[in-house]
Amino acid sequence: MSQLEEIELICVTCPKGCKLDIIREGDTFVKITAGCKRGKEYARQELTDPRRMVATTVKVNNGLHPLVPVYTASAFPKPKIYELLSILRELQLDAPIHINQVVLADALGTGIDVIASRDLPASSAI
Amino acid sequence: MKTFDFIIIGGGVIGCTIARSLSRYKLSILLVEKESDIGMVTSSANSALVHAGYDAVAGSLKAKMNVAASPMWDTFAGELNIPFRRCGDFVVAVDEKEVQKLEELLTRGKKNGVPGLKIVTGDELKAKEPLVNPNATAALWAPTGGICDPFAATLAAGENAVMNGVQIALNTTFESFITENGRIIGVHTNRGDFSGRWVVNAAGLQSDAVMHKAGVRPEFKITPRRGEYFIVDREEMKINSVLFPVPSDVSKGILVTATMHENTLIGPNAQNIDDKEDKSITAKGMDEIWNGAKKLVPSVNQRSIIASYAGLRAGGNAPCADSSVDYTGDFVIEIPETVMGLVNLGGIESPGLSAAPAIGQYVVELLKDHGEQLIEKADYQPIRPARPRFRHMSMDERKEMIQRDARYGRVICRCEMVTEGEIVAEIHSPIPATTYDAIKRRTWLGTGRCQGGFDMPLVVEILARELGKSPLEITKKGEGSEYLYRKTKTVEGQPA
Amino acid sequence: MIKQVYDVVVIGSGPGGVAAGIAAKKAGAEDVLILERDVEPGGILLQCIHNGFGMENLGEDLPGPSYAQRYIIEAQGLGIVFLLETMVLDITHQRKIIATNKYAGIIEIQARAIVLGMGCRERTRAQIRLPGSRPAGVYTAGTAQRWVNIEGYMPGNNIVILGSGDIGMIMARRLTFEGAHVERVLEIMPFLSGLSRNYVQCLLDYDIPLQLQHTVKRIIGNDRIEAVETTRVDDRFNPIAGTEEIIPCDTLLLSVGLIPENELSRKAGVAIDPNIGGPYVDDDYQTSVPGIFAAGNVVHVYDLADWVTQAGFRAGENAAFFAIKTRNRELRSIPTTAGKNVRYVIPQQINKDNLAEKDVSLQLRVRQPIEAPSRILVKCGDEVITSKAEMYARPGEMISIDLKPKHYDVINSACAITVDVVERE
Ligand SMILES: Cc1cc2nc3c(=O)[nH]c(=O)nc-3n(C[C@H](O)[C@H](O)[C@H](O)COP(=O)(O)OP(=O)(O)OC[C@H]3O[C@@H](n4cnc5c(N)ncnc54)[C@H](O)[C@@H]3O)c2cc1C
Ligand SMILES: Cc1cc2nc3c(=O)[nH]c(=O)nc-3n(C[C@H](O)[C@H](O)[C@H](O)COP(=O)(O)OP(=O)(O)OC[C@H]3O[C@@H](n4cnc5c(N)ncnc54)[C@H](O)[C@@H]3O)c2cc1C
Ligand code: SF4
Repeated sequence: MSQLEEIELICVTCPKGCKLDIIREGDTFVKITAGCKRGKEYARQELTDPRRMVATTVKVNNGLHPLVPVYTASAFPKPKIYELLSILRELQLDAPIHINQVVLADALGTGIDVIASRDLPASSAI
Repeated sequence: MKTFDFIIIGGGVIGCTIARSLSRYKLSILLVEKESDIGMVTSSANSALVHAGYDAVAGSLKAKMNVAASPMWDTFAGELNIPFRRCGDFVVAVDEKEVQKLEELLTRGKKNGVPGLKIVTGDELKAKEPLVNPNATAALWAPTGGICDPFAATLAAGENAVMNGVQIALNTTFESFITENGRIIGVHTNRGDFSGRWVVNAAGLQSDAVMHKAGVRPEFKITPRRGEYFIVDREEMKINSVLFPVPSDVSKGILVTATMHENTLIGPNAQNIDDKEDKSITAKGMDEIWNGAKKLVPSVNQRSIIASYAGLRAGGNAPCADSSVDYTGDFVIEIPETVMGLVNLGGIESPGLSAAPAIGQYVVELLKDHGEQLIEKADYQPIRPARPRFRHMSMDERKEMIQRDARYGRVICRCEMVTEGEIVAEIHSPIPATTYDAIKRRTWLGTGRCQGGFDMPLVVEILARELGKSPLEITKKGEGSEYLYRKTKTVEGQPA
Repeated sequence: MIKQVYDVVVIGSGPGGVAAGIAAKKAGAEDVLILERDVEPGGILLQCIHNGFGMENLGEDLPGPSYAQRYIIEAQGLGIVFLLETMVLDITHQRKIIATNKYAGIIEIQARAIVLGMGCRERTRAQIRLPGSRPAGVYTAGTAQRWVNIEGYMPGNNIVILGSGDIGMIMARRLTFEGAHVERVLEIMPFLSGLSRNYVQCLLDYDIPLQLQHTVKRIIGNDRIEAVETTRVDDRFNPIAGTEEIIPCDTLLLSVGLIPENELSRKAGVAIDPNIGGPYVDDDYQTSVPGIFAAGNVVHVYDLADWVTQAGFRAGENAAFFAIKTRNRELRSIPTTAGKNVRYVIPQQINKDNLAEKDVSLQLRVRQPIEAPSRILVKCGDEVITSKAEMYARPGEMISIDLKPKHYDVINSACAITVDVVERE
């Protein structure tokens, strides 16, 4: 028989940052107290498959800036973040870049795309 | 080995004004400065006052130089086109005991030959300085006291010297003298040897070490005395002149003064330290300044402080040349008998800045007395033109300037209104600005409320472009003070 | 082409400014101009590449640049003009804006209404009285953010962060991603100054230590920072002796608060609340100077850009209403000009609509005396609207003549009126 386990988390889903109280028994969530529904969802996710939005930059040739900001189209498995960063670090794109342009498709087989956060014109276009 | 008539050690206000004074004559002159820019040490970190001369001990060389220099400042600043204003200064007394002290100062000032001194009532003082402590009962008023931009003075004197043929070697440290038969014939530096008939010791805090290398005055010692300051936002407080407290036996006290950049300066305290490099600001010092300033201007508000800094006084221990004057701590300005070829200066602490134009002349007189043939150049040019400052231009002048050079239309420092055009001009000026601080001292960019937060990345970029370097090589104040370490994307992130 | 007069001019293209522009245009402002000193619109959000923007307004979790671009595209679609690389230098009480631009030089623009959207700046080392030496390597977190995220340079490899503000915590994570080691984050207060979510996802996630009730006592290093001396503080923020620690580092980032940016507002004569550092505003976000509005971090520091956008909408809409009222008044006004033998006429402008209900008295003086029966003629072009006889006309004696509601129809279609004083025939 597994034990009742009490867990405290801080929700990162929205800026309110509510305290979440979770009671878990093995894999079953007995009770989750949260500020809203999304918070409950976060608690469940965090304790089974923690994920984060990942935002970083990627090198660009001939752009208005030498880098373009990118982010994961949805929350990304936490344990794989450094691996993802390492792949993005090696990428080299060519300007112009368009917002939402897929920079890395199906990152590490997660089905999650990494996309550009903004338009980045070529430096000559300015 | 390159050969010069004169080698000047040190590019502070003293070295630069001596260089300028000598550049009037047919001489080849080299000035060596160990830092990446001139004026980086004491000449850019002081109270910026042109003292009237009542404070120095009567009969001392300090008093003599100060009083002689005071009337020279109009021409000095006028020819060099530097900010200077004879705003006058007050020594403020807040009780009866202090009023008595004012009388002493008045007497001393008259003895030194300072013109126009008088004691005014508290009301007269308050009419001129409404923010002064309401308890002030009287003040000593010195109409000839003034304020200047000390770095501008150093730079302009240096530039004018360069215009008249002086060479300046930056990042060049004097190491020792080359001598022959008891005569100095040159110097060893970290960048090679230079020969010179004369060497001038204008090394400020290091002047003791330099003279010891020549075997002169082994007992002379510089004790660095640190003074810390706050700068108060010009929008928050306005002082029209200079306010001194009544001096104690140990110090002139914390003063509150107008500056040529319209901010108010408060400080300095005085603390003897060991390290000649330690310009740090201390929590204790800050409190001291704070309390001192409140005595003169009770309404001063901590929230209006926009910057702080510290400077080191090169306090010497030389007795007064006139043995009837009981004073140790006087300026040393001499051609010593024990070694030939040295013009030796030391202990040029306050009022060294004020005295600079007179010291330059005095050195020329000393040389003449020693039989040096000084022949005036026909083409000596005493005027050093100022470079355009966007901040001080009228709208029409601005329009015209931008039409001539579009870079004057790009404002880089929003607080002080400094444009790209001005920065580029300083990078390519006679004494080139090659670091962020060098640009800051020349243009006052980054000295406003945001303290460089906005302009710094832009200036680093401009410096890199103009100097043909990578931003990674751009420094705050010379080698070892690089701003940036590497490009992003070159090192892998690691789980902690 | 830049026009000389605009209904609404917005200063700053951050979320506050752009939202103000959009709302002004939607509320009927004929032309809206946004002035921005940077090479591209977007404001500080362009360097805030992390997520967390748009949840309130767009229902999406976007990075700063994406959030900014949404509104910029909307603004451009509405025909709002962005004038970039343009730094506003001055604003007069009469809402004249003086700006400088590398290509166009000094520009003067008259606005019927202005929205201030200059954002905020970071508090610096001096404002927190940080003792020690003054080496390279001490930066505000925002400066570092610009270097890392936009220009691609790392300020250092071993980093201490002073202040647990959001920008500092976000930079702690960002620098870790880029291979730097963040030694710790110090906070003088007994509580976090930024959002708890940032504590979790920026510090906890990456094992970056946070020390509450700790501060930097001294900065060490002459050329480049070499270490900081830290200390614990008591409840009154005094260092507790014996708790000092020397922490080697090559960079100290300051995340110690933001201050509204109001140099320009001051020049325009806008009253500033000393407590906040931003202008006094009413519920329309109008400042103490009529026709000058303010939105976003220029007013006070918001913790969320979404709220800045909302404030911008409100300020922009009210700016448009003000501009429209002003424009209408201008449209309904015609100048009075001094004609034959008249030195001046007061008022110089008359509002046609006033004439619909009441008399408007014109007052004037002649240039040369006429010592004979004279006539005052008020004309629209060649047509005489009304006239009045006088026994004589002398410069020393003011003359007046009334326009009456019955003249409304003629005046309504006129574009100017002239007054002559001539000798009677
Ligand atoms: C706190 C404070 C307040 C003051 N207030 C006033 C005031 O209000 N009015 C006033 O008149 N005076 C004032 N003074 C004094 C004034 O600032 C100094 O007298 C003046 O700046 C001294 O100039 P300097 O050229 O001798 O020294 P510095 O400016 O220190 O110049 C010496 C130069 O020599 C260089 N150097 C040293 N060693 C070597 C070497 N081995 N090789 C090459 N170069 C070397 C240094 O790098 C330095 O640049 C004040 C001083 C302090 C510290
Ligand atoms: C470094 C930093 C990081 C931040 N990070 C976050 C964050 O992660 N999340 C968050 O919600 N908020 C963050 N903020 C707060 C953020 O500023 C606001 O949320 C939002 O960007 C404010 O919008 P704004 O339009 O008021 O100002 P800004 O976005 O700052 O825009 C002001 C604009 O005005 C321009 N401007 C200023 N003066 C002039 C002039 N004289 N002439 C022409 N143009 C001028 C500036 O160039 C700038 O583009 C951060 C702030 C700073 C300083
Ligand atoms: S629980 Fe809901 S309200 Fe609370 S922080 Fe999470 S998402 Fe926001």
